[in-house]
Amino acid sequence: MARIEDYIPIVGAPVIDDLRLLADRLKGKVVQNINSTSVGGGVAEILNRMIPLLNALGVDARWDLIKGGEEFFTVTKKFHNMLHGTYEEMSGIDFAAFMETSEQNIRQVNTYGDIVFVHDPQPIALIRKKAGNKWVWRCHVDVSDPYKSVWNFLKDFIADYDAAVFSAPLFSQELPIKQFLISPSIDPLSDKNKELPPETVNAVLDKYGIRRDRPVITQISRFDRLKDPLGVIEAYAQVKRSHDCQLVLAGGMAADDPEGVEVLSEVRERAARDKDIHILLLPQDDIEINALQSGSTIIIQKSLKEGFGLTVAEALWKAKPVVASNVGGIPLQVKHNYTGLLCHSIRSAAASLKELLDNPAYARELGANGKEHVRENFLITRHLKDYMLLFLSLYHEEDVVYL
Amino acid sequence: MAELRKADKPFSFHTRLHLSELTGLRASTLDQLLDLIKRAPDSAIYYHTHAFLQHHHYVIPEPPNDFAYWVNEVLQERPLGEELLNIDTVQYSSIAGLRRKIIEVISAYLRKNPLAWMKFVKNGEAFYFIKAISFIVPTPYRAYDLSEFAEVLRKVTVDSIYFHIFESRLRLGRKTNDFSAWIEGSLGDPELAGEISRLNPYMYTLEELRSEIIKLIEKRIWPA
Repeated sequence: MARIEDYIPIVGAPVIDDLRLLADRLKGKVVQNINSTSVGGGVAEILNRMIPLLNALGVDARWDLIKGGEEFFTVTKKFHNMLHGTYEEMSGIDFAAFMETSEQNIRQVNTYGDIVFVHDPQPIALIRKKAGNKWVWRCHVDVSDPYKSVWNFLKDFIADYDAAVFSAPLFSQELPIKQFLISPSIDPLSDKNKELPPETVNAVLDKYGIRRDRPVITQISRFDRLKDPLGVIEAYAQVKRSHDCQLVLAGGMAADDPEGVEVLSEVRERAARDKDIHILLLPQDDIEINALQSGSTIIIQKSLKEGFGLTVAEALWKAKPVVASNVGGIPLQVKHNYTGLLCHSIRSAAASLKELLDNPAYARELGANGKEHVRENFLITRHLKDYMLLFLSLYHEEDVVYL
Repeated sequence: MAELRKADKPFSFHTRLHLSELTGLRASTLDQLLDLIKRAPDSAIYYHTHAFLQHHHYVIPEPPNDFAYWVNEVLQERPLGEELLNIDTVQYSSIAGLRRKIIEVISAYLRKNPLAWMKFVKNGEAFYFIKAISFIVPTPYRAYDLSEFAEVLRKVTVDSIYFHIFESRLRLGRKTNDFSAWIEGSLGDPELAGEISRLNPYMYTLEELRSEIIKLIEKRIWPA
């Protein structure tokens, strides 16, 4: 587990000093995080990293879980899909099952924190226990276009919180409470993002038969239609007519995802005509993903819809030029012509790829800017700072706060 | 090196950290943007004319404000984007003045280009108004003379430099930047104070600005 001092060589001592200044102002406050699972999933991953770092800074951050049976989690999975804009058949029975488990949790969970920080919809009803303490709801889900039946149900709870937090501006909703923008982050010391020695990168490229003497364009993502892998192949094909290059599509697939199997099969069929296209179905192996990103010439993320799209931040952190769609949280990471190139279609993706292949100096400049952009805005240290400011903001109404 | 004057009251370095608050206001057309610029809180106008500078302070001198970026890159109304880009933020000593100028530029453009009223962006590409909540925190750093001042300037975060140069003047309505005010008021050196206040801070990255100010101070301590 990384120590807070380990980040000094990456972000500089003054940034860590600022974190300590903020942590000092939170002395005496207990920050209680509540979610539904301690392992698996993005929220648990973030909390597993954030809580020890907050503690190391001197913030009394703790973490509690709610309980729920299979029926409850089936309903909350439906909530999740509906919030994402994917329709699910739902009835009053589902909502009643959610409330039944929520009532049990309301009785059993001790909400002792000075600040109760509730993550995602599963524990949302705990707000009914609100006493004199401060409550924040952290939405980790893309709610840019939710089904109203679920959103309106949740909104009744959200309205009782002191504040809500979203990951991107387009996820914000009309609410009677304050809403803050806090982007997710990557950990520069994790296996996925730490600097790898060239021999590790080369070994992974060699393992998959990727030539090191020719440009490599890579998209890292699940085999999912929303990531548009066929669109990536089409963009690559347009580039390939004039530029010698290779394409890598690498990612995993949930075992129980029938659509993923179908997409992978279509992708493989389409790629079979070109030996320079490498389709890699990878198990969860962060070092290999890191090596593929590090060994690439350009990273593409041509998603049709995206939550935040942290694979873009991962690529930028490796100083790679990025071509990415203007969806979800991507425009926060890629400022067109400054930290990468945004595309709106297969044709514009292909044009951007060619532009970067033709102008390596420009590509390097975008990559270098991208790395600095991530250093400033998408590393875990910025995330810690934002969370502490969020906690402090609960005790201040004004726009300029003197601490 | 001449003997350095010691101030009775030290310069106390502060830092400014910000949290972004979503306002729920969004614009998909130019006239919606104009309407919201007219009624958005000062903190939102401040955010959108300075966020780029904070988020991308390493990248380019004179970064565009968010309005210029959106009009240029998303709405693709380039002549207007250019005009918004050309607004010289340093000339404005208040958010109200800066807001008036932005309104004037967009209104004039809409009058001359009636077709621009028709343009809209697709869902997800709207301009979302965000407010900056500033937290001003004292740091442990103090300086009594120019030598100490230059030494601390090397150590503090760019957020601290940002606060004393940009935010204190424009958002807190002080007449000049904090560095110049202290150097003139407490060290009695209006010449150096003037040199620092004449730097156009929008023309430098924050790191460059740090170096420029240190250079001016060092020149004062060790004149050629």
